[in-house]
Amino acid sequence: MTAKSSFGREPGSVGEGLARRGISRRDFMKYCSGVTAMLNLPLSMASTVADSIAKARRQSVIWLSFQECTGCTEAITRSHSPTLENLIFDLISLDYHHTLQAASADAAEHAREQAMKDNDGKYLLIVDGSIPMGNPGYSTIAGISNYDMLVESAKGCAAIVAVGTCATYGGIPKADPNPTGAVSVAEIIKNKPIINVPGCPPIPVVMTGVLVHFLTFGKIPELDALGRPKIFYGETIHDRCYRRPFYDQGKFAKSFDDEAARKGWCLFELGCKGPVTYNACATTKWNDGTSFPIQSGHGCIGCSEPNFWDAGGFYKALSMPANPLSMAKKAAVAGVVISTAMLYANRGKKAAAKAAHETTTLADLEK
Amino acid sequence: MNDLAFLTWVRGTGLDIALSVFVFGVLWRLIEIYGLGAKKDLAEPRRADGASGWHTIWRRSFPQKEAMKKAPVTYIGGIVFHIGLGIVVFFFVPHILLIKGVFGLSWPGLPSQIIDLVTVVTMAAMILVLVDRLVKPVKRFLSTKADYITWALTFMPLLTGWLAVQHLLLPYTLMLAIHILSVEILLIVLPFSKLFHAFTTFGSRWYNGEVNGHKGVAV
Repeated sequence: MTAKSSFGREPGSVGEGLARRGISRRDFMKYCSGVTAMLNLPLSMASTVADSIAKARRQSVIWLSFQECTGCTEAITRSHSPTLENLIFDLISLDYHHTLQAASADAAEHAREQAMKDNDGKYLLIVDGSIPMGNPGYSTIAGISNYDMLVESAKGCAAIVAVGTCATYGGIPKADPNPTGAVSVAEIIKNKPIINVPGCPPIPVVMTGVLVHFLTFGKIPELDALGRPKIFYGETIHDRCYRRPFYDQGKFAKSFDDEAARKGWCLFELGCKGPVTYNACATTKWNDGTSFPIQSGHGCIGCSEPNFWDAGGFYKALSMPANPLSMAKKAAVAGVVISTAMLYANRGKKAAAKAAHETTTLADLEK
Repeated sequence: MNDLAFLTWVRGTGLDIALSVFVFGVLWRLIEIYGLGAKKDLAEPRRADGASGWHTIWRRSFPQKEAMKKAPVTYIGGIVFHIGLGIVVFFFVPHILLIKGVFGLSWPGLPSQIIDLVTVVTMAAMILVLVDRLVKPVKRFLSTKADYITWALTFMPLLTGWLAVQHLLLPYTLMLAIHILSVEILLIVLPFSKLFHAFTTFGSRWYNGEVNGHKGVAV
């Protein structure tokens, strides 16, 4: 069955929901072609993608927010609004989300329990925020600790999408000295497939791209060693940066507002972490493809990498020492002191040897 | 430990440890060696002291014709890899930034494509001298384990740095961390191995030239 015949006809499907909202099949196909290209699939796959999404039952999604700032939700729901991506997002069945759901208190918690019961083994669990292990009281929802809620909700899910650097790697709550004992989702849940979508916040289109992939293929995308989808996190910001040619030529801005910065020269010396940051900012960009931090004149801070908060400072070039070299200075002093002592000891030995030297006389040789 | 945390460690604590051992070792050995002093020469000089020491420093940078004919690989390979190493270490912009960060000194760097080419040539020269060492029976006989270890310790930073820039084998972050670690190992070993010639070569040449001049073989 082709997308054309199925679009908008199957009750309860995404296609039907879109049609009801006045989204034409043409618009939908345009979106699917874009998504297909973004997922690095051949364009001939566009109709398959469209077919799968249009026919898909609205995917039940439970969104848990733990130690976080709601920036991830802000990015996903607001920054492109209103676009087709948002509508697709609306058209999944978002059964539980603190910020977005109308229900509150017991009704809200009931919605989560009901969704878990109705879609056992099938629902998608999205988590943003880290989980405090120091004291359960650091972060609770309806009196339930973050840890308990995560473990309980993860039991019946099909897969987990950890959104944002807090959920994926601990993020800012985990920054030294990690007062709450914050950990990532993957450090707690070991028996479910987890897709890490890091970033502070992650790129909205990356988030929807991951969901589309899941809806289309019914499985998680190919992940790298850090659990990130390779499609979006396969290359560094540096490799795709439009300022890269200046790096290769050795042309660097020395301050944020000098002539070189205005000419668009590389921000490496100003602490840009683009070379060690795997993300799609330089290609997909932000705010409907308008710009990204480096284009706005600020170096990449590496927000989609684990421990980015403690990676030696945002404004220190990657080639600079991460910490002050306090030990080396002491070693230099120690080197001078000890070697000078050795020098005097050696000279003393030399003098002693000289003093102990016995001269040989002719008489000695004739003995 | 993830890649970025590993990189941050080698940029921070690791670098501090390596530089400490390096600075300590270099100062110790230099002060001890030069502080020993030479025995007073009671013999009258065969001729007045000239600039034999300084001339020798310069002259020994170039092979003699006969020696060149006998061992071209040793000389050409050796010269190419030493000059290449100097260019890569001191003219790659991130390296200059590190030196600026630690010592406050800086100078203009070279475009990364040139550094890339020089690195490949340097590695080729190093491989060539290693093969020559293994193939020539006399050189092989004279070589010790320490020679091969120091070769590897010098080669590793070049190889890992090049692999990191080329994005080969491992993710960039991890390869960069391994590159910095390999340099740190080199820094730690340098003062206590034959690699210390980086600090003593010119001093030794000067001394030999000066002594020879004193004995009448001025250059």
